[in-house]
Amino acid sequence: MANPLKTEVIRLYKNLLYLGREYPQGAAYFRQRLKSAFMKNKDVTDPEKIKQLVARGDHVIKELEALYFLRKYRAMKKRYYEPEK
Amino acid sequence: KCPRVSPVVTLCYCFVSPQIRVKPDNTGVVTDGVKHSMNPFCEIAVEEAVKLKEKKLIKEVVAVSCGPQQSQETIRTALAMGADRGIHVDVSGKDYENLGPLQVSKILAALAKQEDAQLILLGKQAIDDDCNQTGQMTAALLDWPQGTFASEVSLEGDKINLVREIDGGLEHIKINTPAVITADLRLNTPRYATLPNIMKAKKKKIATVKPADLGVDLTSRLEVLKVEEPPQREAGMKVETVEDLVVKLKEAGRV
Repeated sequence: MANPLKTEVIRLYKNLLYLGREYPQGAAYFRQRLKSAFMKNKDVTDPEKIKQLVARGDHVIKELEALYFLRKYRAMKKRYYEPEK
Repeated sequence: KCPRVSPVVTLCYCFVSPQIRVKPDNTGVVTDGVKHSMNPFCEIAVEEAVKLKEKKLIKEVVAVSCGPQQSQETIRTALAMGADRGIHVDVSGKDYENLGPLQVSKILAALAKQEDAQLILLGKQAIDDDCNQTGQMTAALLDWPQGTFASEVSLEGDKINLVREIDGGLEHIKINTPAVITADLRLNTPRYATLPNIMKAKKKKIATVKPADLGVDLTSRLEVLKVEEPPQREAGMKVETVEDLVVKLKEAGRV
């Protein structure tokens, strides 16, 4: 892997791992899936392809954040507000 | 021309786990080993404060939390979301068990005077005790106007325009500063405190104070008599047809 991209990939992995702690199906499950997803692509050398994969990883980060927000929002809404007619 | 307002945002460090057990002696719920984090409504308050700072309407965001050592983690989360510095009011042991809205609002009032705050933002209620009192009491102690259950906040000169979510619908009010605002669910979408932001926030300072330093007396005027589990849900019954349902309801005396 090219050097500047290596830090990008490591940064992505760390961020995803951090986010995975609150994953609904468990942090261990998430870590397993995360590791295998990264390992599947470990032999990719084309910088363009790597950038694409990193972008996909960033997209996953956004989706996880949205998931967590929705989960909390829905829980609060259910607990504290009248159901809409 | 924008007002230089420096708000104080307070966060509840409360337990958020869905499985809660009542203590065997019925004096409370078990909190040891239960996951604690920032109260969801307080996250919304922090987000609002950070948004106001990003719009350059306020000068500085100070995050405050009252509780034991672990409550510093919620302050760290607020710093990661964009607060500038934190104040941890160290309350632990028996004092922490008795810490209620009255005590917290006394602490906040003292801090507001000390920090010369113009705006206090809180969540409307904590999801562990559901008191919905701290904001209101703080405003009363400081003799400041209050905008509770805020679903929209905008600053206009030295006044604040607020939309409140009330039972009858939405109420639009205009209040003077300094003021206390409590955040309701639809005020904004709190940002997630990502790992890079948490790393950056490590450089921000958290000051620790004791309630005695602020001249606050923590004695509670309330005594918890008993805490019980809610009654067990009875098993439901399945019916095949609408006629069956009506028959069963009549049997149960419900119709």
